[in-house]
Amino acid sequence: MEWMAWTLPTAVFFVVIALILATMTLWELASPSVPRRGFLPMATTRGDRLFIGLLGSAFINLAWLGLTDWTQWGAVVLSVLYLAGVMRWG
Amino acid sequence: MKKIPNNRAWFLVLPVFVTVAFSAIIPLMTVVNYSVQDIFGPYNRVFVGTEFFEMVLQDRDLHEALQRQLLFSFWVLLIEVPLGIAIALALPVRGWLASLCLVLIALPLLIPWNVVGTIWQIFARPDIGLAGVAVNRLGIHYNYTAEPFDAWLTVLVMDVWHWTPLVALLCYAGLRAIPDAFYQAARIDGASAWAVFRYIQLPKLRGVLMIAVLLRFMDSFMIYTEPFVLTGGGPGNSTTFLSQFLTTLAVGRFDLGPAAAFSIIYFLIILLFCWIFYTVIENLGRAPR
Repeated sequence: MEWMAWTLPTAVFFVVIALILATMTLWELASPSVPRRGFLPMATTRGDRLFIGLLGSAFINLAWLGLTDWTQWGAVVLSVLYLAGVMRWG
Repeated sequence: MKKIPNNRAWFLVLPVFVTVAFSAIIPLMTVVNYSVQDIFGPYNRVFVGTEFFEMVLQDRDLHEALQRQLLFSFWVLLIEVPLGIAIALALPVRGWLASLCLVLIALPLLIPWNVVGTIWQIFARPDIGLAGVAVNRLGIHYNYTAEPFDAWLTVLVMDVWHWTPLVALLCYAGLRAIPDAFYQAARIDGASAWAVFRYIQLPKLRGVLMIAVLLRFMDSFMIYTEPFVLTGGGPGNSTTFLSQFLTTLAVGRFDLGPAAAFSIIYFLIILLFCWIFYTVIENLGRAPR
């Protein structure tokens, strides 16, 4: 594993992503998702909304990093709120 | 009939999952790890956090390369898609002539990308190239090695020559799949050629057109070999596209950290466009729910 040059923050990041995916799989098995229409312009399943939430979060972090000098934790908090909003009302 | 829930078929996906993990997911995770560290050697690395991302995001050269790349992809789609449709419409429908035309049209697709670059490098040369000399003889000053506009035009024309056949072949296949009954109905109604195109052929081509747009966008957004061989990114930086910028960073300067940070941003942009196109394909023609 040495060649992959792991660091603690990136390891935590990937573990969180893996846990989210595992949880979503179990959730899907327990109660299969039905596409529904929220504020997004098309019908989405839970998995779609997670993808939209994660992709959007990546761009929120990049925009925060490129456009502001504030601490990156602000972007992380904003991303979590955005992800939760998309999952619930998207 | 009662449906029996059985998810064991998912195990059949396992080989693909293992292959993708080995060839894509693990390398991508390594790139993420590299992007937050300054790597001096295999056992000598320093954690730098988001510093490289910040550096890359504020890099003026990168912004310019991104603008060039978007502009290039925009022109590629704007020219190749209508031209591909027009060629597909003009091709013979059946007989030996149809087969001959299809083979001739498909020829540019069979040529390796670096060879395409070399062909055009010689073809467009203002001193010995057939096209370059011909254009200059017409009284139009043309020199792709010195003039940024000429270089741009040459890269664009080369891409159109190389990839319009793909769009044409896809559209041709799409057109052949339209049942004759539609055309018979149009004849009975006395529809004009334009009406047939607008209300029968174009809607029926929607599926293949979206695939063509998707493929052409992705390929043009990741273009590397042809402009690298043709112009080497010059004159100046005028034809340096994103992938060439990345290669210079990673292989030329061996700045693995910034190159990894840039790769992730590049990947996210492509992922975003892929998702937009995929969603559009999925939702086209579907009634709003």
